[in-house]
Amino acid sequence: MNPASQARTPDDDEIRMIIEELRSLEGPLLPMLHRIQDRFGYIPPNAMPLIADALNITRAELHGVVSFYHDFRAAPAGRHVVKICRAEACQAVGAARLAEATLERLGLGWHGTTANGAVTVEPVYCLGLCACGPAAMVDDKVVGRVDEDRMASLLAEAGA
Amino acid sequence: MIIYVPMDSAAKALGADDVAATIRSEAKVRKLEVQIIRNGSRGMVWLEPLVEVDTGEGRIAYGPVAPDDVPALLEGRMETLGPVEEIPFFARQTRLTFARCGVIDPLDLADYAAHGGLAGLRRALAMTCEEIVGEVTASGLRGRGGAGFPTGIKWQTVLGAEAPQKYIVCNADEGDSGTFADRMIMEGDPFSLIEGMAIAGLGVGATRGYVYLRSEYPDAIAVMQEAVARARAAGVLGARVLGSDRAFDMEIRVGAGAYVCGEETALLNSLEGKRGVVRAKPPLPALEGFFGRPTVVNNVISLATVPVIFERGAAAYARFGCGRSRGTATLQIAGNVRRGGLFETAFGISLGEVVDDIAGGTASGRPVKAVQVGGPLGAYMPREKFHTAMGYEEFDAEGGLIGHAGLVVFDDTADMLRMARFAMEFCAAESCGKCTPCRIGAVRGVETIDRIAAGDARAVPILTDLCETMKDGSLCALGGFTPYPVMSALIHFPDDFATRKEAAE
Ligand SMILES: Cc1cc2nc3c(=O)[nH]c(=O)nc-3n(C[C@H](O)[C@H](O)[C@H](O)COP(=O)(O)O)c2cc1C
Ligand code: SF4
Repeated sequence: MNPASQARTPDDDEIRMIIEELRSLEGPLLPMLHRIQDRFGYIPPNAMPLIADALNITRAELHGVVSFYHDFRAAPAGRHVVKICRAEACQAVGAARLAEATLERLGLGWHGTTANGAVTVEPVYCLGLCACGPAAMVDDKVVGRVDEDRMASLLAEAGA
Repeated sequence: MIIYVPMDSAAKALGADDVAATIRSEAKVRKLEVQIIRNGSRGMVWLEPLVEVDTGEGRIAYGPVAPDDVPALLEGRMETLGPVEEIPFFARQTRLTFARCGVIDPLDLADYAAHGGLAGLRRALAMTCEEIVGEVTASGLRGRGGAGFPTGIKWQTVLGAEAPQKYIVCNADEGDSGTFADRMIMEGDPFSLIEGMAIAGLGVGATRGYVYLRSEYPDAIAVMQEAVARARAAGVLGARVLGSDRAFDMEIRVGAGAYVCGEETALLNSLEGKRGVVRAKPPLPALEGFFGRPTVVNNVISLATVPVIFERGAAAYARFGCGRSRGTATLQIAGNVRRGGLFETAFGISLGEVVDDIAGGTASGRPVKAVQVGGPLGAYMPREKFHTAMGYEEFDAEGGLIGHAGLVVFDDTADMLRMARFAMEFCAAESCGKCTPCRIGAVRGVETIDRIAAGDARAVPILTDLCETMKDGSLCALGGFTPYPVMSALIHFPDDFATRKEAAE
């Protein structure tokens, strides 16, 4: 949920602890992946065999699950993640232009990270802010009626 | 003096947190006794942050309020919108599901109970399972998540199934663009969803529930988690629901950014920790759902409407509506609109009245070109169809669908070819991959629309054929309904599919 948490290399014991905390849930895999990503900023490679073993699934199966979902990262993102809504309601008020201008300004494609590691820009399909678009989210903070100026100040605050 | 500042994410996105902080500091400077309550949103998003001030003579509205306005607000110099419930957009509504949203402190269980909360659950506790399910059936409630399936019939199936464990799963994946009713009720009146799920549990004999809530809603997740903890601490949830001998407890689970996980069987797979791939039906989730056990899967609004049905009685609810669409629709008015937000009203109102009159047309002031109703899988309705009444059958008859009742308004600058292309692109990106017409067809759809854009008129019948194939050969509505936005754009706005060709000639 918080992709911008400090990315660091975790040790196996920390991961094992998270797994233990959650393994008694019904359907514990997504909660585990979320908590690991919240803690480390991505799903570190050394987490994979530990999870697979604990849940008694193959690594291939686990990889299939992790790669299915847009949320889970195989590598850390920038220090901040800026998500720009691409869905229809925001398109109706100029979100496509905003997204284009933002990416161009930063010289990035979707999912790209600025050279200084400050900001990763990602598309999102709906933030539920459809009556006050174009909408964006900086880490977990929502922003409505974003125009290019507003985006510029958000990016500046994030250190892009 | 009590001051209400919404904590709804739309209000926050427009600066409500800064406004609340400024009120707190400015009140301190002025040595004013101010109690700030962070309520839900009244749903008038164009007025957010909408601040209400209660000095003992009712709640007076101000909005939109910026931090700079706060001194004037506190000194009574800011222009008022009058009593909040007399603002025409609000006064015209019939608020049943959203009766408390924006009124109460969302996390205050006593406030909830003081406004009719828990009355439905208490009544249900005195009823048999059959009576509970019968009440829902009699209310005429149909699923608000998209398909409009009668909720009572679904519950009856789960009630009739024998199993050591049954589940209530709330679909809070709300992936459709233009929809935010689920988010608003979870942030503004979370106990109504909890109460609805508890009643569902009593009705079908399920003791466990899950809310599958999308990760794009961090605020709603936080509110729901806190509400569940408080409901459990107060004995609304747990081994003895409200002191009875009946058990029901629930958990919040977070999705992971896959649109298709809003489809109920994909959702169940995801909840079980698998890839969110759609399952073939039968078996129905009602018989073999979460981990193969009988499961009610209902949308947030379906479940959050259950308490008011039990509080006021099925007949009182069914009195509203038109034809086979009973009760209220929680319309979400979005996109390029002057007055956007949540508008709850009896089914039967016309699309045109909502768009032209209630929403006041576009925000840009330009003519309305099209309204996409029902999310990314819904048709683009042109002005010629504005007579269509908001009702499941009524929309179906006009080649559209109500879906989750989101309306996205576009002005005349919208390029419908581009919107059709987007629909195909979205389907290709979000397809679970199980059926070829969806997985491959959507990719072909994008290419075919690009050919049309490049001036190749022969590609038009190919697109039409492709849509037929997707409709007929898809397991779920992602592949099956993507043709709605595509074909409605093509049929109603042929100029947008022709201009480039003519320009090229
Ligand atoms: C691709 C797809 C996405 C869906 N997304 C949602 C959703 O986000 N929320 C929802 O409640 N129903 C969604 N549905 C409908 C569900 O499959 C299901 O019909 C619904 O949750 C049943 O609840 P209800 O009867 O209360 O509407 C979706 C269906 C499809 C095919
Ligand atoms: S239509 Fe698409 S999303 Fe639906 S089951 Fe088939 S491949 Fe999956």
